[in-house]
Amino acid sequence: MTEAIVVETHPLDRIMRSDRMPHIFCPGCGIGIAMRCYGQAILESGIPQDRHVVVSGIGCTGRVAGYVHLDSYHTTHGRAIPFATGIKLANPDLMVTVFSGDGDLAAIGGNHLIHAARRNIDLKVICVNNFNYGMTGGQCGPTTPTGARATTSPYGNPEQPFNLPYLLAASGANYVSRWTTLHVRQIKDEILKIFAKPGFCFIEVLSSCPVGFGKSNHIPDGLEEMRLYRERSVLARDIPLDRLNIDLREDKPIYVGNFVNRDIPAYAPPQLAGSAEA
Amino acid sequence: MSGREVLTGRHFMNGDDACAEGAIAAGCRFFGGYPITPSTEVAERFSRRMPEIGGVYMQMEDELGSIAAVLGASAAGARAMTATSGPGLSLMMENLGLGVMLELPCVIIDIQRGSPSTGLPTMAGQSDLMQARWGSHGDYAIVAYAPSSPQEIFDLTIHAFNVADRYRVPVLILSDEVIGHMVERVVIPESQAIPRWERKRPPYPPEHYGQEGFKAFEPDASDLVPPIAHAGDGYRVHFTGLTHDPRGYPDMSAETHHELVTRLMEKIRRNAEDLILLETEYLDDADVVVISFGCTARSARRAVRDARAEGIRAGLLRLISIWPFPEQRIRDLAHEVKTFVVAEMNLGQIRLEVERCVGHPVRGVHHAGGAMIHPEPILEALRASAAQTAGRQK
Repeated sequence: MTEAIVVETHPLDRIMRSDRMPHIFCPGCGIGIAMRCYGQAILESGIPQDRHVVVSGIGCTGRVAGYVHLDSYHTTHGRAIPFATGIKLANPDLMVTVFSGDGDLAAIGGNHLIHAARRNIDLKVICVNNFNYGMTGGQCGPTTPTGARATTSPYGNPEQPFNLPYLLAASGANYVSRWTTLHVRQIKDEILKIFAKPGFCFIEVLSSCPVGFGKSNHIPDGLEEMRLYRERSVLARDIPLDRLNIDLREDKPIYVGNFVNRDIPAYAPPQLAGSAEA
Repeated sequence: MSGREVLTGRHFMNGDDACAEGAIAAGCRFFGGYPITPSTEVAERFSRRMPEIGGVYMQMEDELGSIAAVLGASAAGARAMTATSGPGLSLMMENLGLGVMLELPCVIIDIQRGSPSTGLPTMAGQSDLMQARWGSHGDYAIVAYAPSSPQEIFDLTIHAFNVADRYRVPVLILSDEVIGHMVERVVIPESQAIPRWERKRPPYPPEHYGQEGFKAFEPDASDLVPPIAHAGDGYRVHFTGLTHDPRGYPDMSAETHHELVTRLMEKIRRNAEDLILLETEYLDDADVVVISFGCTARSARRAVRDARAEGIRAGLLRLISIWPFPEQRIRDLAHEVKTFVVAEMNLGQIRLEVERCVGHPVRGVHHAGGAMIHPEPILEALRASAAQTAGRQK
């Protein structure tokens, strides 16, 4: 047993609320990795920290808003995107990021997700997908693979999951990517890219959830899932979007990379010439 | 000023339009909504007017999104509102609680229609009163006003924004289809005559608060309202719907929870005298007092005058504010008058409140909605009450 290394300072101290540590994430959880990538991207973005705003909904990933030292809003389940829409439209100078989980964004918040993408509103969405509802103890959700076990699918999930990049591409998002928590450099670079890209941008980050999803699906720890990511991640080149489904339990490629990068003008509220601010 | 913000002058305008004009005159620059009868004209007016004045009209995908966007805009410093009717108000209930918990000022106008469920979309109701007060889960307090004319919608919308900002609380305008669609004269004053109460802001710049940071939910002892820091102000605040400490951080303790929820209730209760608005007529020597509000108060006024003409000492107490309820005023009045009649287009929501205050059953004139209550049944109730109290005296 090696001794824990206690460090006095961390390169991301400026970005994190160190007075709120330790965080609530379980051992082997990938959310902290995604959060770190977001923090690093903020540091490197060149955008003043006080212009970054983060909004999250409910769930494990939703807790990220409480750990980053920004103006941060931990809202209701599913409503992070419309709340962020209000912030962005009231103050377009802000860089508004929605950081939330797959259940929050794609199930209870699914309608807001597709409509925000359709409008191409200038929001940056980081969706940590751990294939289940982690906070409540491992229930099946909109991304749980067909047949996968969860506490509410004890005989295997009878439903088919969302293929999020396909959904977001069809809905009208300007930028859609997927990476895994193994791809820390790519995630950070992609976040930097979307900070500079107008319109609705969506990054799906596949994450381990050994306590919620893994334990019932033969991926018992975070390291094991990282090994899967390393062995099976394939950079998608010319893969049709409808083939981007993921099932960690099968020996199939996990397609990662950037799938959509287009320049539909971002939503702008109509203004008449000669109006107060035009 | 482009001159388009405040349409100073005399207008012939319906209540829904007057609401939008009141909001714009009050400085509302964000409207997030979803079309629903009979409130749609509010959204339509905003969609025409906001682009003229540099404001934002945002048509959301549903009422869940509408109220969330309004709260977000408020968090970024904008005066923001939405308009809806019963079914939409039901969908807004969860985030009404978020607005209470995050103490984000906002205004919601509910043009009430016949309910429950889809009910009577195009016809009036006054039956969302208890939902406004109790519809979100948990203990909470909001403020609600009930205008009786398009002019009053205009005036109360301005007032609602001021109250929302001063007390950091969602304010509802519980109007109804009759008033929303009624066309009357609306006089819009000069812009400098529009009252404006500003939000209380942090007294010092962010750096003043040092390592500890600004305590975004530490209330002032005087009014129990914390100053508000907006997104982008540099205070790096955390707002959460979880139970939170004065710093804004989640705190899962029973003590913090009790303290927070008690304060959220208490800041309204303690300031109730400033929030309650009433209009009275003939109360000086009244034996029977009609309590009414909104469109029904118009019939009640007529009934009271007709009763006076018949020699019945009738009076009117018009509730301009519904919540907080004027408990003390009604208790005091109960010592001075013989009895009450409550007239409302629902099956007894405000009568229940009045009975709670006076301690015994009172006569109600009720209709489930769809048709405005005419003066006659109220006059009948006044006659019956007068006869009963006269009988009692013999």
